[in-house]
Amino acid sequence: MNFKSLGHFTALILFIEALLMLPALILSFVFGETRATAAYLETLLIILVLGGVLWLLSRGEKADDFYEKEGLACAGISWIVLGLTGALPFFLSGEIPAFIDAFFETVSGFTTTGASILSEVESLDKSLLYWRSFTHWIGGMGVLVFLLALVPRGSRGSGFTLHILRAESPGPDVGKLVPQIGRTARILYLIYIVLTAIDVILLAFDMPLFDAFCIAFGTAGTGGFAVTNAGLGGYSGYVQWVTTLFMFLFGVNFSCYYLLLKKRPLSVLKDEELRFYFLTFLVSGLIIALWIHPAGGNAEETLRASFFQVASIMSTTGFATADFNLWPTLAKGILVFLTILGASAGSTGGGMKCIRLQLLFKDLRSNLKRMIRPGRISLVRSNGKAVSEGVLSNLRTYLAAYVLIALVSFLLLTLDGKDLTTTITAMLACFNNVGPGLSEVGPTGNFGSFSILSKLVLIFDMLAGRLEIFPIIALLSGTTWRHK
Amino acid sequence: MKIIIAGIGKVGASLTAELVADGHDITLIDTQADVLERLCTQYDVLGLEGNCATMQILKDAGAAEADLLIAVTDADEINLLCCVTAHQINPRIHTIVRIRNSEYTTQIMEMRDVFGLSLIVNPERSAAWEIERLLRYPGFLTRESFAKGQVELVEFRLEAQSPLAGIKLKELPSIFKTRVLICAVLRGSGITLPGGEFELKAGDRIYMTAPARELSGILRRLGVITHKVKRVILGGGSRISFYLAQMLERDGIQVQIIDSDRERCEELARQLPQASVSCGDITDPSALEREGLSTADAFVALTGLDELNIVMSLYAISQKVPIVITKQGHIEELRDIISGLSLGSVISPKQLCSDIVVRYVRSMRDTSGETALTVQTVAGGQVQACEFMIGPGALYKDTPLIELNSKIKPGVLIPAIFHDGTVTIAGGSSRYQEGDTVIVIFTEAKNIQRFNDIFA
Repeated sequence: MNFKSLGHFTALILFIEALLMLPALILSFVFGETRATAAYLETLLIILVLGGVLWLLSRGEKADDFYEKEGLACAGISWIVLGLTGALPFFLSGEIPAFIDAFFETVSGFTTTGASILSEVESLDKSLLYWRSFTHWIGGMGVLVFLLALVPRGSRGSGFTLHILRAESPGPDVGKLVPQIGRTARILYLIYIVLTAIDVILLAFDMPLFDAFCIAFGTAGTGGFAVTNAGLGGYSGYVQWVTTLFMFLFGVNFSCYYLLLKKRPLSVLKDEELRFYFLTFLVSGLIIALWIHPAGGNAEETLRASFFQVASIMSTTGFATADFNLWPTLAKGILVFLTILGASAGSTGGGMKCIRLQLLFKDLRSNLKRMIRPGRISLVRSNGKAVSEGVLSNLRTYLAAYVLIALVSFLLLTLDGKDLTTTITAMLACFNNVGPGLSEVGPTGNFGSFSILSKLVLIFDMLAGRLEIFPIIALLSGTTWRHK
Repeated sequence: MKIIIAGIGKVGASLTAELVADGHDITLIDTQADVLERLCTQYDVLGLEGNCATMQILKDAGAAEADLLIAVTDADEINLLCCVTAHQINPRIHTIVRIRNSEYTTQIMEMRDVFGLSLIVNPERSAAWEIERLLRYPGFLTRESFAKGQVELVEFRLEAQSPLAGIKLKELPSIFKTRVLICAVLRGSGITLPGGEFELKAGDRIYMTAPARELSGILRRLGVITHKVKRVILGGGSRISFYLAQMLERDGIQVQIIDSDRERCEELARQLPQASVSCGDITDPSALEREGLSTADAFVALTGLDELNIVMSLYAISQKVPIVITKQGHIEELRDIISGLSLGSVISPKQLCSDIVVRYVRSMRDTSGETALTVQTVAGGQVQACEFMIGPGALYKDTPLIELNSKIKPGVLIPAIFHDGTVTIAGGSSRYQEGDTVIVIFTEAKNIQRFNDIFA
């Protein structure tokens, strides 16, 4: 393990976090929230001291050995550090008295989960509400990708940064858009910023500017923290439709937008994952609408509620306009399925990702064919191209790890003695970075009543879900830390 | 610049490393996914799996917007087809092609015109040129020329009986009675850019710049034994052996080639009427002895196996052959070990080829006149020597070098200044002016593209 690079990296991440916290500090001044201002200043001091110490310790020549394991460890460590330090404003201002709750809330923010321990949010200081939503935006595209966009290109051995991009970006086969990783990261962030800005402008027509920003951050990062107790239910139909559209858009692979910019719309339309994502969205929305439509009810309202919820769960945002806990079992079942399925690879969304399910299904089919007719050569194809065995075996490993983590965390959560629906959906909602589950953790409930152990388990699940399991597992593995 | 490299063998990989360090956008094309994967994780480049001669792959690689295509796959024909196809997609693209089949060498110029190629490289032929240069002017392990051949950067090994052994650098002028500058010293595997207090020791490999016309006098004072080469033994009948034998025949030097493959020997014998080709087991010292190794003037180890080349050269050195030259394919990986052995001159076709290509790439980008005119890699890639034209934007013009000491990055040296057609070996009072050419020497880790990059 290359500790110097790791330390250097973590220090950089801390400095970036300090930079990103400045708008929140300024807001606390503007709103005259003195307790929050003090909390932000204390937090910034802690971050800068911590970062400075790490920076000094990791000074000097960096060894060149920066490989997969360093990339994975950097991703894992920096996200945990982000969660711990990002929680400080909530804790130090006293708005969230227990540190574990503040930690849970912040990790939920950064991982774009949107699961909250707060029973109501309106009494929170506005600058804290802003920071809470802004963590979604930072975590959506990823703070490491942000770092890659900022850091000038290193010389020899600079390909190592690909390990970082891979560790943080979702999807089974992460690649670059353009040869230079820094430019790739800048393109991704540019698309992200432009889409967010459009969302803010559209929302601001029909809601306060502060709310528009916070809701747009939650939508862009596919997070799901709202700024009112009613979630998005309190806003107009227009706002809900706009949010539906943008939740869907942020769940699309960002390389599709890049291809659109490069004027290659055909390859976007032919993209198998995008088609699958769109079809699933459409079909799920229609089925749920049919099932929940009350006799003599307003069709627009039903469609709006259904499609909003489908987009929200599928993109793993987790906003709610209705208490879907009260919906028929089929509708809830579809939502749970969408929770696991998640959005597209290369988007800001979580879950297992559409492409993984497609590939797993194709892999299963080709293996079955081989079982029935041994000797038959059957390739797994995606967008017409054969998928390499390396990607497939990685995928199987991912599935195995996914199931294992889900099972173990489920068992640990049962210690709390809550009903099975609550326990299972709490785990799924956190692990897939969706936010709300069903029953006690449904859209009107919260995660506050879980024990400390359960909260830690859920924090682990959220991080594992956001970083696609391997960076977090790598931290637990002895081989990561051995040698040097 | 946007550059596509098709084919990642030894040359492709080494080019990738150098061009990425120069900050270019590199896209690699190869048919082998595992090699691509390895390079893509090592360097900040994009990899594409497929046949580089197909239109689709070239389009995917962005040939339409690329500035340069470097085709260095195994097959000459694929390289050519690749460039022709790329020209269809983008008529403005520059193309560099590796052609190594010796049957094509006579028609290189025609092919260049017909296919519209910008540059044709032949690593084996370049290596043969380099070896021929060393054999024609013996005494130095390597020689690189600058300023149109007026300044040379030569490498030699300091023998125990040399008057320089045990001398401090600041005492040098009194010995040479002319301006020479020792730019770099390789001791063991470590390279130093020495200061005045540095003491030379026997066994050091010394890199020295000197005006070309004074080289022979310097040689005499150094006590390097020069020995006119009349008979050369080439161990191994590779492509380089063929080119080299052709060149040496032209110089009137007697060539003996020994190779273990009978068919290859017969082919060489057909192509090289004057050379004596024999078939024998080159791993067996007695086969070399039979060729008269101990009385030969030079031995060149040219098989495709680096290890075998090293062993043969070590044997030749033990037999007191005056000039021994060793070809190495993987020079940088084994650099430390190789420099520890006294192998005589080491020639790396891969390094030569990528130097040529990098030089071309730099001149392509060089519309401002700020980037290096020539780039030479010495000491197995540990040191680079570049030639810069001083443009109007250059810093600290007309300032004595001694005042710049604190401003120039450590590990960077200006050994020679070329002013108004004459060369000055730089000293503390030397200064450069606009329009001059200067040579800059620096160790590997510095990333120096423009002249002003040498200042901290």
